[in-house]
Amino acid sequence: MTAPTTVPPALEAERLTKVYGRGNTEVVALRDVSLQVAAGEVVALLGPSGAGKSTLLTALGLVNPPTRGRILVRGQAVLDGDRALTDLRAFRRRHLGFVFQKANLIPFLTALENVQVALEINDVPPREARRRGLELLEYLGVADRARNHPDALSGGQQQRVAVARALANQPDVILADEPTAALDSHRGRQVMELFARVAHERGAAVIVVTHDHRALDLFDRTFEMEDGRLRVGNGPASGGPSGIGG
Amino acid sequence: MNLAVRDIRHHLARFVLTTVGIGLLLMIVMGMGGIYRGLITEAILLVDRIGADLWLVQGNTRGPFAEISRVAANLEDRARAVPGVAGARRFVSHTVQRAHHGRPLRIVVQGLSWPEDRGAWLPLVAGRPLGQAHYEMIADRTLGLALGETIQLGKDHYTVVGLTQGMVGSGGDGLGFFSVADAQAIQFDEPPEAVRLERAARFERVTRTDLGRVQPALAERGAGPAADIPALGRPLVSAVMVTLAPGADPAAVAEAFSRWPDVTVYTTAAQRDLLLSGMVDKARRQLGLFRVLLVIISAIIMALIIYTLTLDKLHDIAMLKLIGARNRVIVGLILQQSLLIGALGYGLAWWLGQYAFPRFPRLVVIETADLLALAAIVLAISVLASLLGIGKALRVEPNKVLAA
Repeated sequence: MTAPTTVPPALEAERLTKVYGRGNTEVVALRDVSLQVAAGEVVALLGPSGAGKSTLLTALGLVNPPTRGRILVRGQAVLDGDRALTDLRAFRRRHLGFVFQKANLIPFLTALENVQVALEINDVPPREARRRGLELLEYLGVADRARNHPDALSGGQQQRVAVARALANQPDVILADEPTAALDSHRGRQVMELFARVAHERGAAVIVVTHDHRALDLFDRTFEMEDGRLRVGNGPASGGPSGIGG
Repeated sequence: MNLAVRDIRHHLARFVLTTVGIGLLLMIVMGMGGIYRGLITEAILLVDRIGADLWLVQGNTRGPFAEISRVAANLEDRARAVPGVAGARRFVSHTVQRAHHGRPLRIVVQGLSWPEDRGAWLPLVAGRPLGQAHYEMIADRTLGLALGETIQLGKDHYTVVGLTQGMVGSGGDGLGFFSVADAQAIQFDEPPEAVRLERAARFERVTRTDLGRVQPALAERGAGPAADIPALGRPLVSAVMVTLAPGADPAAVAEAFSRWPDVTVYTTAAQRDLLLSGMVDKARRQLGLFRVLLVIISAIIMALIIYTLTLDKLHDIAMLKLIGARNRVIVGLILQQSLLIGALGYGLAWWLGQYAFPRFPRLVVIETADLLALAAIVLAISVLASLLGIGKALRVEPNKVLAA
């Protein structure tokens, strides 16, 4: 008889608290936020401006450490409070992918090179990086713009290239901060569909901060944030068993 | 993937303009070094080329270049009598400025001891050495005189029979070679009225003495040409150059001359030192300091340019950090651009210098050792200039991307 194996969540946040400033100027941006996202799951973070969504996302992205609490990726603890338990930059390189409201593509690189650079940074040889970069652009439907610089791409195309870059190193977690805010509703939905496809086909956990309630049907679960607290959302797809509101 | 090259390719116009600016600045630094070397070369050119082993100058002076020296022309004959001396020549040198074709023409008039010295040692690029004792000259090209052209100096006309290249005096004026007699005629030329007044003054002085009164013929002789008065000495020369016999001991010959109380003897090396430590030294130090200032200014400008280029890329650098780029990727991006600007600027400076420096009014000498030293300095400047930008880039937080 074999013992049952438990797969750790792709991303786990334990009682995250983030405090900015001190004394009279103290602002608590996150209050005991806990969250688990499984591999292949697409999660939406909703909430008004200033609720703490972006703070949570940057904390989960290991670029803005919490004041207290732990962050684990695939069961490995990487942050304990503001103490790094590993080389965070190297960890981001291998395990995390980012997409933003603006595509934030590097303007002096072509679409293909923007994807390729993420691979080469992770020690993939240039020829292989080029091949995989082209594959990703093909997957996202922008292979025909591979040789164009970002200023020659539409907003939607730029965002697809940004998604390709985020996917380049087959990350465990993709963090997206209002990725459709600069797009029209049609293109916004296309991008959200893309995230859902990426999560389901490639097994990445995707967390999307969004104000766009029109595409919530594409998410496996939704959470709402208010005053630094996280709770299960009321949307079409609300928090399931693996989500724990703080 | 080389990010530095891709950034440059994307902002090619800005990079080219920056490189041209740095290149021009480095050309000035290179040129200052060349002017400094040219100053030294010009200063010691004649001493090195004229082929003298010893210089006999007026006693207790540092002539004939560092200060005025006057010695009797017959010192030449006395010098020839010293054991170990193979030959002696008179040295006459002075600068004249005349109008020529409506423009000022400065000539360093150089006397050649005709007939022993006809200028055969000169680096002639056209024409021939002097062929007669009078009315011929060899001119340096910087004077702008053509072969066969005639120029009036004093009361006489001189025909250019030979042309030299790069023979200039310590002041940068072109040299003109004449026989010593002609050089002195040019030097001591006086207007006829001044000659008549001098003769009348001589006559007056003689007739006021008893000797003049009892011997009227003496007073009449005094009123004639100076050359007809045996009591008057021959015109003075600036120095006498001595050539040693093969195998002669220079120290022993110099020791023999040093016992003569009316002259001071210098070796060619000592004459060179006098020139460099005296006449040229202040100009040399001034150019040296100016050069140091230019290097510092270049470093500051390069640092500012690299820093500005880095500021333009801070968002992209933050993005690279966010996706996990190592510091060496960021450092490489900035340092490679700095080195490229430095290297291309240096190459441009050298290339432009090939065309510009020969057109400078004074000699610019670019030596390989100086080029290598400047290359090392540019390399150091490029690295130092990038430090400011690198420091800024390494401090930028990856979440700057999110803030944007």
